Amino acid sequence: MIEVKNVKKTYKVGETEKLDALKGVSFTIEDGEFVAIMGPSGSGKSTLMHILGCLDIPTSGKYFLDGKDVSSLSDDELADIRKGKIGFVFQSFNLLPRTTVLRNTMLPLVYAGIDGKKRKEKAVAALKAAGLDELHFSHLSNQLSGGQIQRVAISRALVNYPSLILADEPTGNLDTKTGEIVLGTFQKLNEEQGRTIILITHEHDVAEHAKRTISIRDGLIVEDKKHVQRKISHQNI
Amino acid sequence: MNFKDILHETYSALSANKVRSGLTMLGIVIGISSVIAMVSIGNGAQGSIKSSIQSAGSNLVTVTPGAQQGQGFQVSTGRGAARTLKPADAEAIAGEVASVKAVSAELTSRYQVAARGTNTNTSIVGVTTAYPDVRNVVIDEGSWITDQNLRNLSKVAVLGPTARNDLFGEGASATGQTIRINNVQFKVIGVTVSKGGTGFNNQDDMIFIPLTSAQKFLAGDTYVSSISVQVVDADSMKQVQQDITDLLLARHKISDPALADFSTFNQADLTAAISTVTQTFTILLGSVAGISLLVGGIGIMNMMLTTVTERTREIGLRKAVGAKRRDINRQFLAEAVALTFLGGVVGVILGWLISYGVTYFGILETQVTLSSVLLAFGVSAAIGIAFGYYPARRAAGLNPIDALRYE
Repeated sequence: MIEVKNVKKTYKVGETEKLDALKGVSFTIEDGEFVAIMGPSGSGKSTLMHILGCLDIPTSGKYFLDGKDVSSLSDDELADIRKGKIGFVFQSFNLLPRTTVLRNTMLPLVYAGIDGKKRKEKAVAALKAAGLDELHFSHLSNQLSGGQIQRVAISRALVNYPSLILADEPTGNLDTKTGEIVLGTFQKLNEEQGRTIILITHEHDVAEHAKRTISIRDGLIVEDKKHVQRKISHQNI
Repeated sequence: MNFKDILHETYSALSANKVRSGLTMLGIVIGISSVIAMVSIGNGAQGSIKSSIQSAGSNLVTVTPGAQQGQGFQVSTGRGAARTLKPADAEAIAGEVASVKAVSAELTSRYQVAARGTNTNTSIVGVTTAYPDVRNVVIDEGSWITDQNLRNLSKVAVLGPTARNDLFGEGASATGQTIRINNVQFKVIGVTVSKGGTGFNNQDDMIFIPLTSAQKFLAGDTYVSSISVQVVDADSMKQVQQDITDLLLARHKISDPALADFSTFNQADLTAAISTVTQTFTILLGSVAGISLLVGGIGIMNMMLTTVTERTREIGLRKAVGAKRRDINRQFLAEAVALTFLGGVVGVILGWLISYGVTYFGILETQVTLSSVLLAFGVSAAIGIAFGYYPARRAAGLNPIDALRYE
């Protein structure tokens, strides 16, 4: 469960100027929710994502992840939280080059100190859950198509059973059809495995695939509502 | 991240760009191999000089005459011209000083030597029967000068191989022939075995005649130009040198050692002095090679910095999925150390081959010591850590957000 309480983030710009990226944001996300955080560029959604993903800490306010206050931890403590509780899916995929699909998926397990045999089991399970065909497992990441790459990235995000999967514009570099398949994969994971998913996007179309949308503009929440999910047929996945 | 993971990451990172890794490693290979080769050549030179000193006879104390230096005036004469040592001094040393194995009195001077129309200028050494033992001289053909030759003032001569070659031709039999030394006829009774033409005075280019004959027919006086004393072992040399000094001072009735009309000369002192010189020489060679090792290390650092920049996004990703500073630090440090370690192994092999080659082609008898190999390994690992530390720290210190956005 995620609790964000009056979170503010201020960046220093140059010597004296300050930029208020977040001006006091509060919301709660329950386990098993599928939430889209939507806003145009410069709205503060990336900053919010960094804080939710424990890549950064707020200037003020509190952030509780599974009841633990993570708003004032050190870099290494944040790394510990990330490796146990958060799975990232990036717009630019960020797979390791010249590395097999399986090894890419196992990467978080390497840092979580899980032994070799378990790693493989978990990675295979995650890859299957993300809908990647077994014959690609030993392929190198640069031998895959965009959609396949993003599925590897998704399986990497969910391999260690995180409390939260954070997807930052996951369809931004994909064509519409492939993007829908990826979104369908998220829906399936949310429904079948009850994974908590936060989708960061600037597109209304993409946000519609979630069950709830938090709209953000100029560092403040302007709308937070549950809505009807636009479903992707599982046959297509 | 366990050790196996680090090994795997290191392997895949280094093999991803084999040419670059290879070239960077080459710097270390050259550095390490030149350290090993240079030090082994230095050690070889030291060994070669030492053995050349030893070939003149082992455990020698040499007494040479010197003009007596009085207060207020100094007689400046060449050492050879000083006539203060007599054969009786040599007999006294043999008789009265303990730990002396053999004593050889010698009278050396250069004369013109002629035989059957050829002639040469060479060292004529007046010797006694003790000379071959003291100076490690071995007879090749014929025989050495006998006590009878000495008593009878025989005009007989033993040739060194170079003198023989000069007078009679390469490898010719000289025994029984006649030579003229300073217009005095001598009969050749033997030739010595070649000792190799290195060292300070070439012992092959000499002609040996009985000491008494040299004094009578050539010098016209009874002095000797040096007394070589062979000591029973190396440990007694200092004591023997002191005893000889005391004895000769007493015999020459000189009370102040500073006014001695002779000087004693310890072979061990010479060896030690030469050792110091060759050690300095080895250190010099080693440090020049060390500089190339340093340059190799800078190459490593350069490559690691490039790698860190190239892989910024990867570092960002690793951090996002939970890698700590320590994990990233280790990964990049391992890469640098692996590079230097592999370079070190190849460098040791190459350095050993170079020094083997130097020995094989007979340039110098080199010695690769275990300590220089260990030192080279230690230094290469240290270089890996030292020059990998800064790039690794830079990688570890990257902010994951910025790193992930890096283009």
